[in-house]
Amino acid sequence: MADLEIRNLRVAIEGKEILKGISLALNKGEVHAIMGPNGSGKSTLALVLMGHPKYEVLEGEVWFKGQNILELEPNERAKLGLFLAFQYPVEIEGVTLSHFLWTAYRALHGNGEARISPQEIKVFRQRLKENLKKLHLDESFAQRHLNLGFSGGEKKRAEILQLLMLQPEFAILDETDSGLDIDSLKIVAEAVQSLRGPNFGALVITHYQRILHHLKPDFVHVLADGRIVASGGPELAEELEKKGYRWLTEAQGV
Amino acid sequence: MPEKKPNRDIFTVDTSKYDFKDPERYVYKARKGLSREIVEEISYIKGEPDWMRELRLKAYEVFLKKPMPTWGADLSGINFDDIIYYARPTDLPARTWDDVPEYIKKTFERLGIPEAERKFLAGVGAQYESEVVYHSIRKDLEEKGVVFLSMDDGLKQYPDLVKEYFGTVVPYDDNKFAALNTAVWSGGSFVYVPKGVHVDFPLQAYFRINAQNMGQFERTLIIVEEGASVHYIEGCTAPVYAAQSLHTAVVEVIAKKGSHVRYTTIQNWSRDVYNLVTKRAVAYEDAVVEWVDGNLGSGVTMKYPAVYMLGKGARADILSIALATKGQHQDAGAKAVHAAPYTSSTIVSKSISKDGGRSSYRGLVRVYPGAVGSRSSVRCDALILDEHSRSDTYPYIEIEEEEVDIAHEATVGRIGEDQIFYLMSRGLKESEAYTLIVLGFIQAFTKELPMEYAVELNRLIELEMEGSVG
Repeated sequence: MADLEIRNLRVAIEGKEILKGISLALNKGEVHAIMGPNGSGKSTLALVLMGHPKYEVLEGEVWFKGQNILELEPNERAKLGLFLAFQYPVEIEGVTLSHFLWTAYRALHGNGEARISPQEIKVFRQRLKENLKKLHLDESFAQRHLNLGFSGGEKKRAEILQLLMLQPEFAILDETDSGLDIDSLKIVAEAVQSLRGPNFGALVITHYQRILHHLKPDFVHVLADGRIVASGGPELAEELEKKGYRWLTEAQGV
Repeated sequence: MPEKKPNRDIFTVDTSKYDFKDPERYVYKARKGLSREIVEEISYIKGEPDWMRELRLKAYEVFLKKPMPTWGADLSGINFDDIIYYARPTDLPARTWDDVPEYIKKTFERLGIPEAERKFLAGVGAQYESEVVYHSIRKDLEEKGVVFLSMDDGLKQYPDLVKEYFGTVVPYDDNKFAALNTAVWSGGSFVYVPKGVHVDFPLQAYFRINAQNMGQFERTLIIVEEGASVHYIEGCTAPVYAAQSLHTAVVEVIAKKGSHVRYTTIQNWSRDVYNLVTKRAVAYEDAVVEWVDGNLGSGVTMKYPAVYMLGKGARADILSIALATKGQHQDAGAKAVHAAPYTSSTIVSKSISKDGGRSSYRGLVRVYPGAVGSRSSVRCDALILDEHSRSDTYPYIEIEEEEVDIAHEATVGRIGEDQIFYLMSRGLKESEAYTLIVLGFIQAFTKELPMEYAVELNRLIELEMEGSVG
């Protein structure tokens, strides 16, 4: 069995079926890209994997670490090592990014004890400093309220900062590239690239191929109308860039 | 009213020379209800000057005549006959730790309040011993000429100062509850800061209440002379188990030219208490008055800290939060009265309603003719956590001057599914996600508190959000 296995996932929202039987096998050490036209169900897949309550799972399972995580709360999934970089992160007034990161880090990696060692805080602060630098963010950025008044690009970088700080085993990146200029895209992609290794896997959801120039995927899947219509290596992404999605969707009769 | 006690004329002589509290000589018996006789007795036991006794009696008459206010929270549950208006500490019915409600005990425990202090806060057992700390502070203050006494002692030691200012900001006939307080007041603080003196640490009534001055009809008078500054803090986040179901305080602040006064309150009275407080400040030229007011406890609160800006360039900042949960109605707000040119006021009010609680913002901004160039900004944000809870806003704006800049903004928010999902996806439990949002919502308030208060307030709200209180 793969490290993260999606089996015949069917999902509806308000009675309308969006995902019509998705099966994917992902392993740590791999980066998978999911591409597809607007409305194909890409974001739905991301949100369902993380457990957004507005979706109704009609059928299927998602196995991670020996559990069908569809039965778990989002925080339990996070605790198992799953992470979602949101396409539209929400704003939380009065909560600084650094406080939030610490709270989340403690929730995920704390041993449940109230006692915190000064050493633990010191290490966390040092890592925060380094990761801000990696994302070309000023240290004062961590003192701003979570996503409040952030530009589109800042929000995306804040998501990646969370990814770097929280150290999940599997990350889903939901259109992290959209709304980023070329420089920001490069910074973000390189930061994710730096996580690659045998203990980290990623599912990169994107509409465009450009993030994949920086973040070379091992596998590319095409999602159209709630189904995976093609899977292949990085060459598939290049082909899509040249030909668009139409040739695939038409071939499938979608 | 015939004289019932012997020779009261001696009160007009020199009150500080006599000890009228001597229990051997006069017997006072605490009892329920209020009468002219009880008002006289209170004054008599305290050995007050005539003018204070007369003021109390006049106020008592006003209290009887004024109707109950009906424009705010429901006060119909108050039974004035069932309240003990004055009791010497020794008269208080002996209570034991067993009498203290379970939720209060639990809260003490979870807030990590030391054993001795718990008993004090719960109104049982001995005083909480912080006398050492208090004495060192007092010495420091004395050197600067700062007076920080209980109101009772203030009246004894500084009768002229008290007479000059007492009731000038909140007159005895201001409203029914100010009248009641004037008639039966006991305890509270008297603070005097001489010209140009900066008190660089907060004066905490918390220390003084240990000397059993925490009345439920306390009266506080703060006089801050020209160019001086002080920060006064009262109350604490730990729940206070009240002996009586009515807390009616009056606070008067006089901020002279160029002075800076901050008054911070956190109230967490037990849920059976009607908390009806009149707080008002006058600010002279270029003075700054800040009310920082947190309402967590009591069943019904009516409190609208006010600043009357009487001098050019005076400034008022009124920052408040209210948390209304099951069975609570927090009717709180602010009043800013612009009576001089170039005065400015900022009002920020944050309320949270949950589990059927109700919070109301009731505020008044008034600009008198001639107060040209005045500015006022009001922002009230309400957060409603469930379908059963309620929030209302009653903003009154009365402007009689054209050259002014007035802004009012109100928002009502609910916590969205997407916010909770986002936070849960980062590992927070659902209740933790709600708590984080609520704490963020009141952060503008919390950051104004001294560290230990901020920490306790946050912890208390965490407990409320976990549903482990009340």
